[in-house]
Amino acid sequence: MNRLMLDAITIALGQRALLAISARVEPGETLTVMGPSGSGKSTLLAYIGGFLAPEFAASGRVFSGDVELTKLPAEDRHAGLLFQDPLLFPHMSVAGNVAFALPARIKGHAVRLEHAEAALADVGLASYGDRDPATLSGGQKARVALARTLVSEPRMMLLDEPFSKLDADLRAQIRDLVFAKARAAMLPVILVTHDEADANAAGGQVVTVGEEA
Amino acid sequence: MAPALRRRQLIQPQDGVARVARLGPPLTLAILAGPILAGLAGTLLPAFGYLPALGGARLTTDAFAALFAAPGITRSATLSLSTGLVSAGLSLLIVMVFVAGWAGTRSFARVQAMISPLLSVPHAAAAFGFAFLIAPSGLLARLISPGLTGWTRPPDLLVLNDPAGLALIAGLVVKEVPFLLLVTLAALPQVRLRETRALSAALGYGRIAGFLYLAWPAIYRQIRLAVFAVIAFAASVVDVAIILGPGTPATLAVRLVGWMNDADLSMRFVAAAGALLQLAVVLAALLIWIVIEIAFARLREVLAARGTRLRHDAGLRHAALGLMTLSGGIVLAGLVALGLWSVAGLWPFPQPLPSTFMLKPWMEALPRVAGPLATTLAAAALSTLIAILLTLLCLMREGDTGRSGGRKALAFIYLPLIVPQVAFLFGLQFLFLSVGFVASFSALVLAHLIFVLPYVFLSLSDPWRAFDRRYEAVAAGLGKRRLRTLLAIRLPMLARPILTAAAVGFAVSVGQYLPTLLIGAGRLPTITTEAVALASGGARRTIGIYAFLQMLLPAIGFAIAICVPALLFRHRRAMQS
Repeated sequence: MNRLMLDAITIALGQRALLAISARVEPGETLTVMGPSGSGKSTLLAYIGGFLAPEFAASGRVFSGDVELTKLPAEDRHAGLLFQDPLLFPHMSVAGNVAFALPARIKGHAVRLEHAEAALADVGLASYGDRDPATLSGGQKARVALARTLVSEPRMMLLDEPFSKLDADLRAQIRDLVFAKARAAMLPVILVTHDEADANAAGGQVVTVGEEA
Repeated sequence: MAPALRRRQLIQPQDGVARVARLGPPLTLAILAGPILAGLAGTLLPAFGYLPALGGARLTTDAFAALFAAPGITRSATLSLSTGLVSAGLSLLIVMVFVAGWAGTRSFARVQAMISPLLSVPHAAAAFGFAFLIAPSGLLARLISPGLTGWTRPPDLLVLNDPAGLALIAGLVVKEVPFLLLVTLAALPQVRLRETRALSAALGYGRIAGFLYLAWPAIYRQIRLAVFAVIAFAASVVDVAIILGPGTPATLAVRLVGWMNDADLSMRFVAAAGALLQLAVVLAALLIWIVIEIAFARLREVLAARGTRLRHDAGLRHAALGLMTLSGGIVLAGLVALGLWSVAGLWPFPQPLPSTFMLKPWMEALPRVAGPLATTLAAAALSTLIAILLTLLCLMREGDTGRSGGRKALAFIYLPLIVPQVAFLFGLQFLFLSVGFVASFSALVLAHLIFVLPYVFLSLSDPWRAFDRRYEAVAAGLGKRRLRTLLAIRLPMLARPILTAAAVGFAVSVGQYLPTLLIGAGRLPTITTEAVALASGGARRTIGIYAFLQMLLPAIGFAIAICVPALLFRHRRAMQS
């Protein structure tokens, strides 16, 4: 089981406490963290993922099933991240981006590319493999980013306002796709957003952080 | 906060990459500061008579007495001081008014495109080109003779090597302008130029006045160390001063190098004492500059308080544009003159072009060039490679700790560019001699590294820091180790700035004269030392060849830095900018 447990996490910047949270997210479910900008809600994802900037101080433990993630380096945590920007690697082809994310046990250049193409087809981008990421539309880029995350066999998905830069209609479409894929893969999801519509679409628990006490 | 809060991500910086990166800052610091401190000490002792290898066993001030008894020594020191201050001040003034009047315009972009590549031209090559241009029998005189001047033979004018050092100042200005323009451009994003200009224009201020009042103070704070470096360099330069500077007496640094290489070994004590005088001259120049800074700031405040608007500044603006273009044009024309002379057959005065061309000088020179060329390339490649590696380690360490070291670190980076070369290279040569390290190739690479490293760091640090680290977070989330992320994501994405920094480092190494001369002890000649050694003779064709090669090497480096990423990423639009 890859149920996600946040055990008494606190994050501070200097002397200023940003947030404190304990939570449990079941596989296929979503925990939505809401709060104004500057509330530190993104640093929560950074702490779980293992790349918190050194100026922050944090404590608390994160478990994925029985594994304590906070004891592991970032690359062993397998936190599938989606940011506001798709952050496709600009020097690789679309398929190259996805192939890069495949686990190492899948061997052979041709086999890896095949896997990548299949994953792209799965998000509605069959035959886009050879394209330059810079030539894709915003929605297509978001799909590639999603495919890239899914093939890496993550323990969870961490979403940092990943829909906020998309147009309204595209936004609902991508959002539904992301949640459908996460549910299908039985991944626990933490979504950070300041958009009520995102929270509603996600269903599940909603926590608000960073409010003045 | 409970101490438990400090727990945070103690895991990440434990990996192999982080452990190696930890070595970056101390190693870099050692390479920057170590030789300078050791070298200064090694200069100080012989200056006070202590150098057992040459029989100096007790402390005396004899060397200083001999130094101050040398004919024209005061004049030499004053010349160094004045050429340093005047050339740096003029260059900065031209760049300042030009940027104030033209930043953001199409003319600005055009001049920038013309001037920026000139940064890669080594000082000696630019100086030779300038000399070939303005000499009585140079290209300029030929172009206007006999039509305008009536000269049918080269006039007997002391244009080059004039006693007041005017040719030296002009030669330095045309070479410092591209450097100061580049550092100013790098600082320009600090100020919101468009808004500032709109605001000052709305209040009725002319462009230059508005820029000087509102934008310049913030920019100057950023480039101040670079200006210090220019002053220190100009006040202690050797190669350019040998080529363009006065002869009787020469500037201080030139005379010092002469004493250092004197057959009479006791002159080394005098040279060491002179190196301390050189240090004092540079310090004095910097102090005078600081006074000028204060006066300039006061003047600006008074003008601003009075509301002086300088609304009709078109004349001033066009003068600055003209001077910028002229300084770039002079370097370019000089390079053409070098190229022409290297292939000139018969070229009687006052013909503007050679009547015959020949490749014989090149054919004859090439076998002799091969050795120095190989040394130049090897030293430049190796010192650049080490500088890039150290810079990357420092920057990775900075990313791990979140501490850049701020102004203090920057001061260390600039240290080798501000302490005059003669002041510590003499001592370093003494030290290396005493351990038998001198004239070895590794000593040469180390000596070059001291000067290559700052430029590589300054060139690479901004683009490295501007990298969006979320790419690394994504890669780590995909389960990739730090080293893999570095090699597959960050380095390729930063290929262009890394190669550019390498090209800068390469150019700096190729241009090094004094470190090569002193640490190589004349036994490891490079293109640059060979070219400068030819300066006193009149062999224009040979000088043309060496100086042309000296200019060509950095140009090839920059061409590679531009073409390789363009070719590698030709199908990736986002990598083209």
